[in-house]
Amino acid sequence: MIEFRLDQRSGVPTYLQLVQQVRQALRLGILQPGDQLPTVKEVVGKLAINPNTVLKAYRELDREGLTEGRRGQGTFVSHDQPAAVPGDYSALRSALLKWIERARKAGLDDESINALVAATLQTVFFEKAA
Amino acid sequence: MSEFALEARGLGKRYGKKWALRDCTLEIPTGCVAALVGPNGAGKTTLLHLAVGLTDATAGSVRVLGRSAWERPEVVLPRLGFVAQEHPLYRRFRIGEMLKAGEKLNATWDQALAQTRLERLGIPLDQKIGTLSGGQQAQVALTLALAKRPELLVLDEPIAALDPLARRDFLKSLMEAVADGGLTVLLSSHIITDLERVCDYMILLSASQVQLAAPIEDIVAEHRVLSGPRSDPSAVERLHSVIQASHTDRQTTLVVRANGHLYDSRWQVDEVDLEEIVLAYLGRSPSDAPESQEVAS
Repeated sequence: MIEFRLDQRSGVPTYLQLVQQVRQALRLGILQPGDQLPTVKEVVGKLAINPNTVLKAYRELDREGLTEGRRGQGTFVSHDQPAAVPGDYSALRSALLKWIERARKAGLDDESINALVAATLQTVFFEKAA
Repeated sequence: MSEFALEARGLGKRYGKKWALRDCTLEIPTGCVAALVGPNGAGKTTLLHLAVGLTDATAGSVRVLGRSAWERPEVVLPRLGFVAQEHPLYRRFRIGEMLKAGEKLNATWDQALAQTRLERLGIPLDQKIGTLSGGQQAQVALTLALAKRPELLVLDEPIAALDPLARRDFLKSLMEAVADGGLTVLLSSHIITDLERVCDYMILLSASQVQLAAPIEDIVAEHRVLSGPRSDPSAVERLHSVIQASHTDRQTTLVVRANGHLYDSRWQVDEVDLEEIVLAYLGRSPSDAPESQEVAS
């Protein structure tokens, strides 16, 4: 059985934290096909969170095909899991690595790199919107 | 079941010359856990007392579960649970006696629910109320209210006096009750971090008026903090509501309620958490009307 934790300072919405923890448990094999997830009441009794938050997380997991809710019984890990997510982005990754090296040579630290990426994404978004 | 567990229209209460609550219009959807937030003296307790029919309105109306508790107490009260501030209990009663009183005084009473709850919490029925810890008293008060099997549970500052552990335990058992279904909760508090976990709806009262009443998800999604070089926020104000503006000699920071999508290349736009949003509203001077475009400098 999986036990959920909550990091209130992470800025990640609570329901998404639950979803991510189930995904991670599936990757690590902590959860196996057929396993039951804790009931809504068990989760709220442990974490003191709103039941709708848990329902939302479970709906999202159902939607992704990772779990299936069975009426009156609970939520179970699906037997046919969708293919593992991490695709092959190696070409993008190596191009990005080269770009990061150039940015470092230009004197940017990690924070500046992040700021530059965020600002550029915003510009791209703005150009699209315009 | 009606769509709203509580509906207030132009609700106001005046004590002498002073309005404790004014022009309050809001709805609380059935099935949600609503937080009533605001500084001391903002009118929270007045609103709760009006809702449960402990006092009558000077202006407007409030209906809970479709009726006015003041006008039709015999219809509304059996379906309503109310725990006042400091969870008042008869200190010299034993818990078992308190349950018996509850059973005699209420038309609907789930004795099994009350006993099971207290047993699970490790609170023995033969103990005197006065000897219980603050956290246990809060749990007993909650149990009594839940044993009525209410459709709406109103709690006035239920966790204010509790230590962090008792507070968490209280909220856990409250959320378990909500998970059982059929219950709407309205609770007042000023401990925002806890509220964010348990509540999905928020009403923000300040200076006797409703500043915000919406699903917390929407509130967080609509508000943004903008920061950039010092400038006049009037361009932003034309499209969005500026809740709070602060300036240094070089920088301007705005907390904004966005009207639709907010993008402006001159500003860095960031998300704000609920606590910051609440503080931004509370930080406004009382003279600012809710829609006021005035900006403090």
